[in-house]
Amino acid sequence: MEILILQISLFVLAVFLGVELITKVPATLHTPLMSGSNAISGITLVGALLAAGAGDGNGLWVPVLGMIAVTLATINVVGGFLVTNRMLRMFQPRKVSTPTTAKGGVSHESVPG
Amino acid sequence: MNLFLVDGFYLLAAMLFVGGIKGLTRPRTAVRGNQMAAIGMLVAVLVTLLDKSILSYEWILGGVILGSLIGTLLATRIQMTAMPQMVALLNGFGGGASLCVAAASFLGLAGADGPLGLVALVAICITLLIGAVTLTGSAVAFAKLQELLPGRPLGFRGIRGFNLVLFVAVLALAGSLISGSGDSSTLILLTVLALVLGVTLVMPIGGADMPVVIALLNSYSGLAAAAAGFIMGNSVLVVSGALVGASGIILTRIMCVAMNRSLSGVLFGSMGEAGGPVMDAD
Repeated sequence: MEILILQISLFVLAVFLGVELITKVPATLHTPLMSGSNAISGITLVGALLAAGAGDGNGLWVPVLGMIAVTLATINVVGGFLVTNRMLRMFQPRKVSTPTTAKGGVSHESVPG
Repeated sequence: MNLFLVDGFYLLAAMLFVGGIKGLTRPRTAVRGNQMAAIGMLVAVLVTLLDKSILSYEWILGGVILGSLIGTLLATRIQMTAMPQMVALLNGFGGGASLCVAAASFLGLAGADGPLGLVALVAICITLLIGAVTLTGSAVAFAKLQELLPGRPLGFRGIRGFNLVLFVAVLALAGSLISGSGDSSTLILLTVLALVLGVTLVMPIGGADMPVVIALLNSYSGLAAAAAGFIMGNSVLVVSGALVGASGIILTRIMCVAMNRSLSGVLFGSMGEAGGPVMDAD
């Protein structure tokens, strides 16, 4: 029961943090932000890994459902971060001479909000 | 790997997610924010793989390889103009994953230690409901934006009443599961009804309002992940899911304001008896 109280506390504090994190977002970033946080919601992959790896002691259905969950969550995570990255690249100034992503992130200042 | 270390790395992952979401709200830091979040996910996954409770890796390996392949193909092949429906599709997969985790937990835990605890049962029902609605709701949103379905509001007279009846039925089934009088057929029926509910909730909403709906469904998939965290007693799921759930709701509201619509106008306005687009001025 104590663990439950602790987890409810974590949940409530994280909700407050999530609300405070998003303040003013420029309209161009609405879709990338949605896409990025969608990729984060693929964290359910952790639960899927635990289900898929539970071993064969619980019958066949548990690892099969676990594997389906791992597959779906991995699509969500991998696809989500890649798509977000592609979207953000669209907004970057077209400088072909700066290929590294670190420089790309810094040279972002000229983009109008 | 001991539990203390695992939780430490989960904390690191959660911090990277917070930094990532914060970064994604500003043009200058958006790319870095996305990378931070991706690193956070990598940390969480690697640490989970070292967890003692994972006994076999074959199923995991198959799923990870298949998922990475499909995810990469989808993300790199899709047209730039098709991004919103891509997000909807990926979000639906996330909801489906939570749904499967809940079902696997129900079968696995029930087989292992006799009757399930009350907390786990409540969390399983919530995860099933939200995960299923996210899965089919996102699929409908995808189909509308991809023009597989007509973009105009679809439905029938009394669809709101139908949804209400469906929702009450789902709650009743959840109640019987939680009280211990249900079995796996109750679980399947609950899932099917929740899947139908996802379709009938999104069908009546017009294509122009879909971005707001996708943002809302994204928030739901976060909540489903958090609920899955309560089933498994996993802190990183609870924290990250709650973060996405809460920030998703705020983003939904911001997008509504940007489109000059109210959220209830988006969700319930289109099927109004009066006909014509409902313009809510708040």
